[in-house]
Amino acid sequence: MSALADATARAAESADRRPTAPKPGRWAAPPRPVWEEEPAKAGLAGKGIALGFACFAILFPLWIVIVTSLQTKKTIDEAGGLVVVPEGITLIAYKELLSGGQVQTAALVSVGVTVVGTVFSMTVSVLCAYGLSRVGSLGHRWILMTLLATMFFGAGLIPTYLLVQALGLMDTYLALILPSAVSVFNILVLRAFFMGISPELIDSARIDGAGDLRILWQIVMPLSRAVLAVIALFYAVGYWSAWFNASIYLTDQDMMPLQNVMIQLVQKQERPVGLSAQINTGQLSPLAVQMAVMVMALLPVAVLSPFVQKHFKKGMLTGAVKG
Amino acid sequence: MSHSTVPRPRSEAKTPERAPGASDDATGTGPGGDKRTGRRTGGRRGGRTGSRTGKGAGKLSLRLRFRRDRTLILMTLPAVLLILVFNYIPILGNVVAFQDYDPYLSENGFVAIFQSPWVGVEQFERIFADSAFWHAVQNTFVLFFLQLVLFFPIPILLALLINSIVRPRIRAVAQAIMYLPHFFSWVLVVTVFMQIFGGAGVIAQTLRQHGYDGFDLMTNPEIFKYLVTVEMIWKDAGWGIIVFLAALSSVSNDLYEAAAMDGAGRWRRMWHITLPALRPVIALLLVLRVGDALTVGFEQLLLQRQAVGVDASDVLDTYVWWNGIRNQDFSYAAAAGLVKGVVGLALVLTANKVAHLMGEQGVYKK
Repeated sequence: MSALADATARAAESADRRPTAPKPGRWAAPPRPVWEEEPAKAGLAGKGIALGFACFAILFPLWIVIVTSLQTKKTIDEAGGLVVVPEGITLIAYKELLSGGQVQTAALVSVGVTVVGTVFSMTVSVLCAYGLSRVGSLGHRWILMTLLATMFFGAGLIPTYLLVQALGLMDTYLALILPSAVSVFNILVLRAFFMGISPELIDSARIDGAGDLRILWQIVMPLSRAVLAVIALFYAVGYWSAWFNASIYLTDQDMMPLQNVMIQLVQKQERPVGLSAQINTGQLSPLAVQMAVMVMALLPVAVLSPFVQKHFKKGMLTGAVKG
Repeated sequence: MSHSTVPRPRSEAKTPERAPGASDDATGTGPGGDKRTGRRTGGRRGGRTGSRTGKGAGKLSLRLRFRRDRTLILMTLPAVLLILVFNYIPILGNVVAFQDYDPYLSENGFVAIFQSPWVGVEQFERIFADSAFWHAVQNTFVLFFLQLVLFFPIPILLALLINSIVRPRIRAVAQAIMYLPHFFSWVLVVTVFMQIFGGAGVIAQTLRQHGYDGFDLMTNPEIFKYLVTVEMIWKDAGWGIIVFLAALSSVSNDLYEAAAMDGAGRWRRMWHITLPALRPVIALLLVLRVGDALTVGFEQLLLQRQAVGVDASDVLDTYVWWNGIRNQDFSYAAAAGLVKGVVGLALVLTANKVAHLMGEQGVYKK
């Protein structure tokens, strides 16, 4: 009965929202305030050109990379290298790369480190941010100062390296996660956001008998989905993009994540282990292989970040108010 | 904002050190007082009235407070432990800068520190006598200066451009495109540039194929400093607009309307309203950038070090990496890192001081 009522209410609501005329167009300009003059044609054109140039400068290289990765050796050779308009799409480079071998292993390593690392970092950071967000708790100020101080001085590369070595983390994946697992900046952003949640809400939950963990899980976190998404993206991008730690803490080539393999393939012009046969027989362009590895490195980030984009400003703003 | 409507809950517990009024407890934590853009710090400092500290929090004994807050303290523990281990313990490790550290004295590299001989400031003397060090310093400053002149203004201009776009859809798409490269790794950015502009890159290859001379922008030491700056602009200029857009979105429309009533045209409004709104942010970012002058990009330069040569690309950070990690001259590199760290810390603190003098918040509060 009530489900039915719900459904009808929802239907009525959506009918209300449905515009009667075709939408005025989401691309159309909103009405101008009366005092603002109509823009001059020249100004509009100039703005369009500037904006178009900025977007072109960002997208064109990416376009080249993606298109080239999808071409056969023949097309690439005929074009001399620069393929702007794709001619027939082929996934041969990706098929080869993902049919086992160095690049596939590296991609799996990267995915694993990113997933495990992000979950770990988020857990630790959210817990810490919540613990610090209840202002006035014992030691709150001291802990905060301890964290804040690290934003001013780093220990330096060499002592950190010696420490990781001494802890026996060399050649383990932990070396890729632990040393950079928490970012104080991210904790501060989370904390600022948590503090914006009305304390009355939290108090009432406590009166109802909820403990801190339960409050965090059932009240604070659902209310902070936006900022959690932003911070999780920051952490994930950090792990996905990292190569330096792997380059100094790992010696085993088979353990290397994707970014490090990409350096070897593209910058040092090496060929992926296990693929030389196809390249030598001329079916596969080395260029297409390199570009395909690059696409694999950029794809997750390029796909995820636009979804979180609308929260960036809020997240960054909250983070800007520190202290 | 809300202190007039909300009957200031529990505020008798602590008297705010600040003047009562707009920035009292209710502003920061009250239900209606969640001003998204407002400064909450006043409320936070004055208002130790979070749900933890109810009436008479100061009267609780330490033991009771600990019992009350132990869950919270436990929650912060993992992060604090990680920070202590990976940020604070290595600070002690900097003592190797005053030693002739030999990692082979013991199985464990940290134990070896206790067995290495002390040499005082010998390592520092070596550094200051090394022309390669001064070369790295010089490169650092050249890159810093270029970033300041070429990189810094671009996000401001882009923000003004984006802000002047009234169609929400175009705005959102443009922003999405501009934010994108920020999330790419330096490996990818450098690699993309290499594939497009490098000697084996697609443009050079295509030129050669059609009988022209190829070119290689990636290995030319002369233009390297501009190349790095352009890469940096490509990657991060779009991301930099966020903070300016935030400043612009808090400008009241009334100002524009009033100016228009007074006969100010489009450009005059920009000059007298939009730019002044940005001024504090610009000043603050400038100050903080100067405070961070010694850090001009580490991964980016490391990745291109080999292609372009040490002379053109070595900055302080890469100098430390080369001597320490690669040449295993740990004490020497730690000393160089320490010099950079100490000078950098002084710069950051000075910059924050200046930011405070300007009435801004800086990285930390006063």
